[in-house]
Amino acid sequence: MECLKAEGAEVVFGLPGGANLPTYDAFYDAGIRHILVRHEAGGGHAAEGYAKATGKTGVAVATSGPGATNLVTPICDAMMDSVPVVFITGQVRTELLGTDGFQEADTIGITMPIVKHSFLIQHPLEIPRSIHEAFHIARTGRPGPVVVDIPQDLSRADITYEPVTDLRLPGYQPTTEGNQKQIRLAAKALANARRPVIYAGGGVISADAGPELVELATSDRFPVTCTVMGLGGFPAPHEQWLGMLGMHGTRSANYAIDEADLICAIGARFDDRVTGKLTEFAPRAKFIHIDVDPAEISKNVPAHIPIVGDARNVLPRLTAAYRALAPDPARLDEWWSRIHAWQQRHPLRYEDSSDAEIKPQYMIEALYEATGGDAIVSSDVGQHQMWAAQYFHFSRPRQWINSGGLGTMGFGLPAAMGAKVGCPDKTVVCIAGDGSIQMNAQELATCVQEGIAVKVFVMNNGYLGMVRQWQELFWDGRYSHVETGPWPDFVKLAEAHGATGMRCADKRTLVPDIKEALATEGPVLVDVRVTREENTFPMIPAGKPARDMVG
Amino acid sequence: MGEPATKELLSLDQLEAAGQLRTGRKHILSILVENKPGVLSRIAGLFARRGFNIDTLAVGPTDDERISRITLTLDGAKHPIDQVTKQLHKLVNVIKIRDLEPEETLSRELALFKVSADGASRSEVMQICEIFRAKIVDVSKRSVVVEVTGDCDKVDAFERLVRPFGLVEMARTGEIAIARGRSET
Repeated sequence: MECLKAEGAEVVFGLPGGANLPTYDAFYDAGIRHILVRHEAGGGHAAEGYAKATGKTGVAVATSGPGATNLVTPICDAMMDSVPVVFITGQVRTELLGTDGFQEADTIGITMPIVKHSFLIQHPLEIPRSIHEAFHIARTGRPGPVVVDIPQDLSRADITYEPVTDLRLPGYQPTTEGNQKQIRLAAKALANARRPVIYAGGGVISADAGPELVELATSDRFPVTCTVMGLGGFPAPHEQWLGMLGMHGTRSANYAIDEADLICAIGARFDDRVTGKLTEFAPRAKFIHIDVDPAEISKNVPAHIPIVGDARNVLPRLTAAYRALAPDPARLDEWWSRIHAWQQRHPLRYEDSSDAEIKPQYMIEALYEATGGDAIVSSDVGQHQMWAAQYFHFSRPRQWINSGGLGTMGFGLPAAMGAKVGCPDKTVVCIAGDGSIQMNAQELATCVQEGIAVKVFVMNNGYLGMVRQWQELFWDGRYSHVETGPWPDFVKLAEAHGATGMRCADKRTLVPDIKEALATEGPVLVDVRVTREENTFPMIPAGKPARDMVG
Repeated sequence: MGEPATKELLSLDQLEAAGQLRTGRKHILSILVENKPGVLSRIAGLFARRGFNIDTLAVGPTDDERISRITLTLDGAKHPIDQVTKQLHKLVNVIKIRDLEPEETLSRELALFKVSADGASRSEVMQICEIFRAKIVDVSKRSVVVEVTGDCDKVDAFERLVRPFGLVEMARTGEIAIARGRSET
């Protein structure tokens, strides 16, 4: 407990069990807020949502065996999206280790490939150092999940707490300061580029470098696009915003990348959802790659000017170096005419309904209007996630919470819960699909018990929409096992948990209905009936180049 | 190419990308790691999930009891050595990695070969052993066990020469290596 407090942990999401009874006895009167979840995965994703919304390190606690294995999905999710979370798992007593004891699982072994690092406590005196180092590793460099596995007998040992302030991690020295020579080179390249594009990803959010990105982008008229993880890193209403890029990104963003002569990647990793067919990705471009993780540089795309460092450190220096060169902004005029032409010819569009039918894209627009664009939006995974990314115009970092790298269904509600706990004064909404919401719906009970007033909007089309779309487009419409049907009755489900349930099926009352849900006290779940079969466009089919975009 | 310190602009055409080089030769990586449980598992796991194939691997202590040395070889033609070392560096327990240059490296391996050798062929086998300065460490009616130390090429050559006699069994340790001269890893 003292260790957690020393690290500044204010809230923990967990579920007790046999192997962590001693820990839970300590939680009873430790003075740290503990939120009892209904499934460890809910706790894990809540810790992630908390970390993404606040920038602090999340903490999730579970018992041994099945408790720990239930954390595997959130741990993997945190690894893929570089989220700082410390997972503390109970373990069987030391004499039972390796004997297939009751609720024993090789937590360290199982999670080894999906953690930034892990610690198996072998002596009670290791606990303070391990927890201190776990937090340090989780929150520095490229953030990530760290597991600390504590056998039950060691967690109940009597030791005197002595604060640990030093670190004994000879192999862990993240580079945060970018190399000045490289930065100057990058500035020169940018000054000479005729068709530059700034491509920003989750790293800008993690580094809290939103304002620095805006400074760089506006030091000239650089077009800016973000990945799904970077949304909000650059304000969408800004005139230099191209829209999200990638598989479901805007045509303008993808065409700009395709024709760019210089791409400045910041805190992004050239994921396959962005590049499409790698051999035909941005064929005319040279690359500046700024990232805190050196292993990402030249992993997928060879970097011409690599800069290893934290975005918040590098960007202001790059901006200063660029300004010192005083290049002629008029050289970008032609590029912008080309971009504007694309934006005019290919805006994001959908065919709205003329009657009461609610189109899913309209639902997102209605949500944007009803919240004034100001809420923290957590999303689950699927078509609704892509529509939310496309139609909700995020204007600041840490406003958009979603599972990008792993794409975990069931992430939305618990993550919204974690975000609300971290930002109690902000409106927090969760956009979920009818498939996704069922995966962790039990956390509604947690929200009700703890007074966490998240507003959940279920985009209900009775399908696993994204899979259905792929089956329609690429598998001859053979809808194999994607129909979720009219179950459950979401209003009754919400009420059964003690939350308010609402239903809306009429487009004409949608905005007022959403406003009513937002104004209602406590957790609310709204079952929004949307068009059953609607496709997310535009789309670059998997493994194809940007030119093959459909929709 | 515009020097960083000058105001001369950089032409994009002059930019060249590094990385992703397939060097096409064998690489010997000498890795210093913290002597803690599970470290070897982390390294093996990393290689497995990234699809890097380890050709040989040897682990042992160093003069500092908190640090172990892992020497591994892999084929630079198949894997981008740049990515391999960068991914290894991400492991918290890995302290230092050295990609040993073949010209500056002394490497040795130990191998035991059980060769069929009876009556007539035994003396021939013994001659080969003498040439390779290998030692016969066991004799039986139908076979001898030979111990060979040397660099990889020498052990390979010995194996090729004794195969025709009948190679019953063999065990190789995998190379260990150290840089020549004054430089320390």
